[in-house]
Amino acid sequence: MNFNFDFVGRRKWWYALSLLIIIPGLIAMALHRPVLNFGIDFTGGNIIQVQFQQPVTAGQVREVLGGLDLGNSSIQAAGNNEFLIRTTELNEEQTDQVIGALRDKLGQLDLKRNEKVGATIGRELTIKGIEAMAIAWVLMIIYITIRFEFLSGLAAILALIHDVLVTIGFFAIFRWEVDSTFVAAILTIIGYSINDTIVIFDRIRENLRLRKKETIEELVNRSINQSLTRSINTVLTVIIALLALMLLGGETTRTFALAMLIGTISGAYSSIFTASPLWIDFRNLSREHHRQAAATKAATKAKTRKVTSN
Amino acid sequence: MAGGKGAGGFFKLVVVMIAILALGIGAFQPLMRAMKLGLDLRGGVYILAQAQSTPEHAVTNEDMVALERVMRDRVDQLGIAEPVIQREGSDRLIIQLAGYDNPEEAVKMIGKTAQLEFRTSDGQVVVSGKDLKDAKAVIDQQTREPEITLKFNAEGTKKFAEITQKLVSSYSRGDPRRHIAIYLDNQLLTNPHVDEAIPSGEAVIRGGFASFQEAANLAALLRGGALPVPVQIIERRAVGPTLGADSLAKSKTAIIAGLVLIALFMLVVYRLPGLVADFSLIIYGLIVLGVLWALKATLTLPGIAGLLLSVGMAVDANVIIYERLKEELRNGKTLRAAIDAGFKQAFTTIFDSNATTVLAALVLYFLGSGTVRGFAITLSLGIAASMFTAITLTRFLLHLVIGVPAFHKLWLYGVKEEQIPVAARGEI
Repeated sequence: MNFNFDFVGRRKWWYALSLLIIIPGLIAMALHRPVLNFGIDFTGGNIIQVQFQQPVTAGQVREVLGGLDLGNSSIQAAGNNEFLIRTTELNEEQTDQVIGALRDKLGQLDLKRNEKVGATIGRELTIKGIEAMAIAWVLMIIYITIRFEFLSGLAAILALIHDVLVTIGFFAIFRWEVDSTFVAAILTIIGYSINDTIVIFDRIRENLRLRKKETIEELVNRSINQSLTRSINTVLTVIIALLALMLLGGETTRTFALAMLIGTISGAYSSIFTASPLWIDFRNLSREHHRQAAATKAATKAKTRKVTSN
Repeated sequence: MAGGKGAGGFFKLVVVMIAILALGIGAFQPLMRAMKLGLDLRGGVYILAQAQSTPEHAVTNEDMVALERVMRDRVDQLGIAEPVIQREGSDRLIIQLAGYDNPEEAVKMIGKTAQLEFRTSDGQVVVSGKDLKDAKAVIDQQTREPEITLKFNAEGTKKFAEITQKLVSSYSRGDPRRHIAIYLDNQLLTNPHVDEAIPSGEAVIRGGFASFQEAANLAALLRGGALPVPVQIIERRAVGPTLGADSLAKSKTAIIAGLVLIALFMLVVYRLPGLVADFSLIIYGLIVLGVLWALKATLTLPGIAGLLLSVGMAVDANVIIYERLKEELRNGKTLRAAIDAGFKQAFTTIFDSNATTVLAALVLYFLGSGTVRGFAITLSLGIAASMFTAITLTRFLLHLVIGVPAFHKLWLYGVKEEQIPVAARGEI
């Protein structure tokens, strides 16, 4: 198919649309404490998943926990008489008490999962993740500067920050729980986003080499249109994989798949509607800057020449 | 003549495709079975233990070596087949017990953060766990009674000699104050009477054991209590076997459904080249699984998710090539020329876009730990394998395909006759 859409002409609208999604997310993060609904991987705590052999309600479970001063724990039904109980950090004895009490008061149970994460682990995970991201971004800008140019690198990184903000924003607004697979998802989104952007930048680079009589906007539009089928088809295959994971993969990978789904769609959007338009704007700005600098230089030169000629 | 050549080409193509299919069907199952499954897929326990520094004593490398030995002892007592015990950083120990049916028991055994203390009747700590070298349950040759032999290290020997000497000389035999109580985490284990002064560093706890098993359990506790430093479990994940099996079954369904849908998508959108891509993907999958197996990698739930995702991304290389191929066809190139030009043009794109992703993966590998590291390996591996198969195998197969005259019809490549320049029509 041959497309001929004007992508960059309305770039202010696209920027606005991005902000319309990102800003509510930022507001949600500013209003909420903690910023995101961090799971025990980050905050430290325990998750106990139990299945009772007889009908039990969440209320009954809460009652038992209340007796142990754990009434404010999160209790989530997860299937047939099955519950996910999230508590603050418990030591081994306390965990035993909880399980013992549930067994005594509500009957025989199957302990399916019993996890504990210390608060320090969560802190380390967050710090290391942010560190890794920052270093990766710097290296990516360097690579893109070498293979393309600095402004391309800057635009690509901004596009991927856009995708990270969109994804985190959704999780902030809907208070979906964030676990350690979320970190992996964000990192994959970064990989996907940059990949997608580079494919379009590559086309722009190629078209610049054989530039016809056209404005830079026209050239970028042409490049995006040429890559459009590929962008759509690739994002579709990734979405197919993610939907399969989300619908069939079970509880544990759902957060991962959901984050990836949002990030992938955002990544496909940002490559077209954020990265390339930003690159044009940066380029125009820097041209403008150069022109002004050259003009001032020329002016001072002319002045000095005048002075010396006198 | 031309027909004969076409038949030969067709024959060659069919042979290669059947070979790939057979390889896929034959090797996939055994590979999957040989793969080590993570705790989340087969049930088991993951424990991250941290040695605690105290104001008097900072954790040393020797402490960690000793701790690792103690932990290995404890795990061995559980009779677990392939325990993984490894150091992490300067003061942490990772213990993984896959496929163990009773995670809770394992946690109890390992989690004995055990501070062993020998106390006199007035509550004074006279000897501590780090002074104890060994504790063993034995059967006394004369009385046939179970007993426990204790061995102290040099410092322990000295302390134990002093205190037993003092107790023996201060109190008469049978006096309750002539006992040395042994506490584990402030719980009284046993309170033996001191019969005589023990200068040798080798003591025996005799009598009071109902069975050899009881003595053996106590000995294990004492040995375990000989931790050089206090230890805390800072992370613990126990997954029951039913949940593991459930996750495994679900992720298998997700993988199969995902793969089938992606394969269909490629077939419908790209027709003949799409079919070629599907065969490339079979080899891609085998390469990735084979390398993971050779690296002795452990397959976890996020790992499977990453792999499935990598298939989606691996398709990208083919998509880029095929879009170029269609473009070149529309520009009026012959099939063979279009394929070569398509690959040539697509290569830089694929290379640059993947290189940036690999860069990110490298950072993750060097800075990350555990799951993130595994994820980085899977990601880089997936990218390398997809580039390799897309550029070599897809190309090879496409050349085989165009060796068959019947496969020269343009619609098989998703291009309509009227889309190409009039001059070039009919020359494919």
